[in-house]
Amino acid sequence: MTEPIDAFAAAQSISRRDAVVHSAALTTEQRSHILRRDYEDPDALRRLAGRIKQHTLDHLDHYLEQAVSTLEKNGVHVHFAPTAEAACRIVLGILQKAGARSVVKSKSMVSEEIHLNDYLARHGITSLETDLGEFIVQIDGDTPSHIVRPIIHKRRDEVARSFEAHGLGAYDDDPETITRRARRHLRRHYLASDAGITGANFLSAESGRLVIVTNEGNARFCMAPNRLHIALLGLEKIVPRDRDLSLFLNLLARSATAQQLTVYTQFIRGPRAPSQPSGPDTMHLVLLDNGRTEILGTSCREILRCIRCGACQNVCPVYRQASGHAYRTVYGGPVGAVLSPLLAGPEFSAYADLPRASTLCGACQEVCPVDIPIPELLLRLRAKGKGAGIIGPDAPPMQAFGAVATSPGLWRLGLKVSKTMNLFPAKWVPWKPLQQWLRLRTLPRWEGGVFRAWMRNRQNGSRRRPSPDPDNKS
Amino acid sequence: MATCLCDAFYADVARAAVEVLEFAGCEVVFPEDQTCCGQPPFNGGDFETSRKIARHTMRTFADADLPVIVPSGSCAAMHRHGNLLQFEDQPDLEDARDLARRTWELTDYLVNGLKIVRWPGRHEGRLALHHACHTRGSATGHAITRLLSTIEGLDVVPVGQGDQCCGFGGTFAVTFPHISREMGRLKLEHLLEKNPQAVVSADMSCLMHLCGLAGASGMALPVLHVAQVLRNALTAPVARP
Repeated sequence: MTEPIDAFAAAQSISRRDAVVHSAALTTEQRSHILRRDYEDPDALRRLAGRIKQHTLDHLDHYLEQAVSTLEKNGVHVHFAPTAEAACRIVLGILQKAGARSVVKSKSMVSEEIHLNDYLARHGITSLETDLGEFIVQIDGDTPSHIVRPIIHKRRDEVARSFEAHGLGAYDDDPETITRRARRHLRRHYLASDAGITGANFLSAESGRLVIVTNEGNARFCMAPNRLHIALLGLEKIVPRDRDLSLFLNLLARSATAQQLTVYTQFIRGPRAPSQPSGPDTMHLVLLDNGRTEILGTSCREILRCIRCGACQNVCPVYRQASGHAYRTVYGGPVGAVLSPLLAGPEFSAYADLPRASTLCGACQEVCPVDIPIPELLLRLRAKGKGAGIIGPDAPPMQAFGAVATSPGLWRLGLKVSKTMNLFPAKWVPWKPLQQWLRLRTLPRWEGGVFRAWMRNRQNGSRRRPSPDPDNKS
Repeated sequence: MATCLCDAFYADVARAAVEVLEFAGCEVVFPEDQTCCGQPPFNGGDFETSRKIARHTMRTFADADLPVIVPSGSCAAMHRHGNLLQFEDQPDLEDARDLARRTWELTDYLVNGLKIVRWPGRHEGRLALHHACHTRGSATGHAITRLLSTIEGLDVVPVGQGDQCCGFGGTFAVTFPHISREMGRLKLEHLLEKNPQAVVSADMSCLMHLCGLAGASGMALPVLHVAQVLRNALTAPVARP
């Protein structure tokens, strides 16, 4: 028995691992460069953004009510989906009522969370992903392995082969050629589609403005030629005011892709106004709960501040080694290790290993644009798992350690005994954690009691100062 | 507080910490009943066990209202942050807060507690500094850099991707052996890139893991705790103009 994430990491190919390691490391470096270049104190901005998001969550009932009433005033049909199933049913119902058979959609992690494409396909509606990465994931029958860069785990030769297999042109791994081919293919479908589905990055409660950022402009194309627009978003995407967006958009682009601003930033206030030449006549907005209000009631509520930038995934050394699919859920990496087990609700135990897949190094919190205390939340979930009797494979027994560590006499005896372990090879000691350590590493010499003996002598008066001349104080 | 690792494996590091503090003018008291900060069960989510150990530590250090100096950023972080989390709903939270307030990582105490801005003495050589993750966001990183930069003859080489963890992570090292080893390998690559004579850190736990990995591949990795560098600098012959 091994930890599933470690087993996954050990089994995956070196080339796949290196693709993730290098790409994630590069983005991490660029992120930190652009934030330090552009702002005097980026950490102050992260903390401010975190406070605004936390305030919104703490008063979510108020802001939700405000958002819904503004949206309705703007002519948007608002739907509230308590579960993933309900969200899928709502979307299907809207599409069926409009007689839509084919849909183009832009990137939305919520749509991945509720497995919308599969659901629509089962009901005879084709849904085409138009974000390049998501498109590649879709034709490969794969799943995204990163929040922002769904194909971080793929090399371009794999993509070129896949394009060839799907009739998108002879093998050519030039990124520009690949992009042009996808563009040509997608253009036709935009025009032939019956509806556009998008996600959303923010929703202003004040104005009802929905903010959608893309680098490819594909969300615009999903909306512009269509009569019907459906936007999907988690209910934690609300921010109080339009002016808050300046902070969040600046932090999101820099944290996610080291850009000052994403190439396209859409502000959608509602369906097409009579004065506008094109755009959807009808706009629906589906607000997904799917366990989020449950999380609000727990001591892990800070995770709902997340704006899905993926910076914690990029910086996380465990994510880099394991890659996103190791987490077996839509959200991988540090944010996923907290969010996924919580969203699983009664299935928590199936994902209780995710919070264990961390050295608690804290790099994730350091880069988080909304300052989520991820290591603390991982610890809380570990405690929750332990409380539910879920223990990881190979976890060293801690109760015995606790008994020794609370009894100074036993502790000192243990130190003395441990020194005798220098007399024979450590591999003879039948203690599993030690053997696991020794499988990969050597052990230093035991020196139990040596310092204590020295200290006792010293306290009895035989003190020698290493070197006088203490002229070192300011 | 000596820490369990120095107690069991690294006697000289604890000795160096005492000597450095004494040189800085402190009188060091060593409560014999001390054991461990409780971090291993805490990180495993076994708060019940880790609270027992933490309570033992609080009692052991409760006698005198003295600063508690730890030659480890990790154990210091356990006292300062970990305990506050695991005692948040406990009746003795105030005791945890008291220990948190009094605990310092060694170099943080030297620089920010005792206001020492320059360390005398000499250390000939090039060292790679590994910033342990538990000193992230604390004053320790600056404190070490500052002290080391004032030691004559000492050259701290640049290290790539300094924000990356070495892969130790306590029990993580044995429960996630593959990822732990790969993280360690990357860390060693970055630390050794500029051919330093030794790797220095404020935490023996990271160094034990890295040494162990290097040792298993037949390489001897010279490591020093920052307390040893400071102490050695004092005893080295000082070239004076």
